[in-house]
Amino acid sequence: MAELTYRQAIAAALAQEMARDERVVLLGEDVASGGVFKTTTGLRERFGPDRVWNTPISEQAIAGAAMGAAMAGLRPVAEIMFSDFYATCWDQVANEIPKVRYMTGGQLSMPLVLRGANGSGGLGFGSQHGQSVENWAMCVPGIKIASPATPAEAFGLLAAAIRDNDPVIVFEHKALYSRKEQCPDDEHVIPLGRAAVVRPGRDCTLVALSITVGICLAAADELATHGIEAEVIDLRTLVPLDAAAVLASVARTSRLVVVEENPGQLGWGASIAAIAAQEAFYDLTAPVIRISGGNVPLPVAASLEAEVDVSVPRVVAGVRALLGQLRQSTG
Amino acid sequence: MAVDSGAAGPQRLEGTGGELIQLLTPEGERVEHPDYPLDISTEEIKALFRDLVLVRRIDTEAIALQRQGELGIWASLLGQEAAQVGSGRALGPKDMAFPTYREHGVAWCRGLDPAKLLELFRGVSHGGWDPNEHNFHLYTIVIGSQTLHATGYAMGIQRDGAVGEDGEAVIVYFGDGATSQGDVNESFIWASVFNAPVVFFCQNNQWAISEPLERQSRIPLYQRARGFGFPGLRVDGNDVLACLAVTRKAMQAAREGQGPTLIEAFTYRMGAHTTTDDPTRYRLAAELESWKLKDPLERVRAYLVRTGAADADFFAAVDAEAGELGTRVRKSCLTMPDPQPLTIFENVYSEPNAQVAYERDRFAAYLDSFDSEEVGA
Ligand SMILES: Cc1ncc(C[n+]2csc(CCOP(=O)(O)OP(=O)(O)O)c2C)c(N)n1
Ligand SMILES: [Mg+2]
Repeated sequence: MAELTYRQAIAAALAQEMARDERVVLLGEDVASGGVFKTTTGLRERFGPDRVWNTPISEQAIAGAAMGAAMAGLRPVAEIMFSDFYATCWDQVANEIPKVRYMTGGQLSMPLVLRGANGSGGLGFGSQHGQSVENWAMCVPGIKIASPATPAEAFGLLAAAIRDNDPVIVFEHKALYSRKEQCPDDEHVIPLGRAAVVRPGRDCTLVALSITVGICLAAADELATHGIEAEVIDLRTLVPLDAAAVLASVARTSRLVVVEENPGQLGWGASIAAIAAQEAFYDLTAPVIRISGGNVPLPVAASLEAEVDVSVPRVVAGVRALLGQLRQSTG
Repeated sequence: MAVDSGAAGPQRLEGTGGELIQLLTPEGERVEHPDYPLDISTEEIKALFRDLVLVRRIDTEAIALQRQGELGIWASLLGQEAAQVGSGRALGPKDMAFPTYREHGVAWCRGLDPAKLLELFRGVSHGGWDPNEHNFHLYTIVIGSQTLHATGYAMGIQRDGAVGEDGEAVIVYFGDGATSQGDVNESFIWASVFNAPVVFFCQNNQWAISEPLERQSRIPLYQRARGFGFPGLRVDGNDVLACLAVTRKAMQAAREGQGPTLIEAFTYRMGAHTTTDDPTRYRLAAELESWKLKDPLERVRAYLVRTGAADADFFAAVDAEAGELGTRVRKSCLTMPDPQPLTIFENVYSEPNAQVAYERDRFAAYLDSFDSEEVGA
């Protein structure tokens, strides 16, 4: 076991997969010098300029050329420095890449990975560099979505994404990059589409993703002091979605709280809530609650961002209100 | 005014140098250029020198504030003062400017209080100024987007009949790296076919974070304009007089209905990309040393000393003013109020919105609950 930070885990997964398959190439802005978030450190030195391409600044070109390279038989991993910039390459990401297999009737596959820094997490990156945008991608069938919560997950999910024959977007949370954890030494892959119960509990189910997993675990600790045992589910991937894991948990706890970092309006939590309403209605003893980021652009002031983001106190208050311990007081 | 006109021979196009327009050499010698005669008084040159010194002082102070934890981040303009002051002082009050995140010198020329710039970097607002008050848009950090905004703005004023001898024009700033963005290339096409009154001012500071110019272009950037159908020229970006002269001429051409110009200001980013960057990871110290010899301030100082236009008192007075400015900027930074929590919900839409109002009211009640707890305690 080696202790790795989340950012080191990304670099290690890239190295593992690049060593395993010489068709894996890495492209993006500043990746050759290790990347602005230091997630590609050492790869250019180890794999050389044929495998690690520093590109001109054009996300549309990065995504579009990655698609072309995949058609030519490579397995590109393209870095989009900030996931907010999926908006600057949305044609490729929404119209082109996810449609290739479908429109060619399965003649072509699109084994590429788009990855980069996502999310706010109280870092003060503001409206155009701090958004959590998994839900943008979730509106487009044909793209798989992974959003790791820990270094080991970052490692395993990225490796799986690279081996996958469909396009996968890996959303790395920039507020988690410096988190440390023991990671397995041998080949490490976490299959896409399998959620994990990261804390068992009988009183309610907290469904979380990426940074909200840690928030929910901390909230669950605090809830335990109030006599509430919350079960925490780390979804890991939104597509494929492990709905069965959520429903099984709700069958045990009868209460569901979905915690997402993005604004609530059409957040991925709405999909989870809708599935529960349809599939688990008779298991539920209380309304499904969603705790999400505010429906405003993200403020740049860290003090304000902290209020827009989900937080441990908001989750605790939401769950206690749901269980009738207090009137819900936060937004 | 086309320096790289259609008549340029293939040799010039394939060359890597091209003509560098210069009016003041690095040694501080005044030289003439046939296309850019500059009628400028000694007092005006002294005023430009003062701008350069003050703008550098703002930058130094901001870097210090960041190091001390008072700013989250800062994008230094060190080395690019002449490009920004020269072009900034070429603008008329009605002209509109669209900056990137590095245009502190242009902001200064537009009359913005430097403390306003710090708000973004301290993380208390997305930019504390009204773009219409100074005809200076907010900083744009998403690379290249502002070139399209500038083009549309230029088309707008063109439609409103602002073109003519006392017309208005638009200037948009961007970096060498930005020239790879689709937005920038698309803005070139639009400005060209609509003959929009916009000047594209590219500060080629040789680097886009860790990527050198060769990663963005195989030909000199100013030569790209020709393919889009408008003139492009390269100016010594460390020569404040040349930057002033070429920008004046290009802006006037735009105002008079002659359409866009691309100005490539050939300069150097002497500092890190931002305070979070470490350039020693990717570039050689020798490169910086060679550019230090072309420092934009020193050549003006040398000129003023050599010609006897300024004496020690003048330089001492400018330094003293810079010191005061630094102190004032620091003070306003440290006393900047934190934003009010309920501003989170302001300006999401132009009209009241039920969802936002609901969230605001709940949040206000939540905040009030602390107050009443304190009262009760
Ligand atoms: C669309 C987009 N992609 C990537 C970035 C990240 N980024 C910020 S600055 C920068 C380099 C810009 O270089 P250049 O245009 O030369 O301007 P300079 O910083 O040198 O002034 C990059 C890639 C961004 N802000 N926006
Ligand atoms: Mg640059």
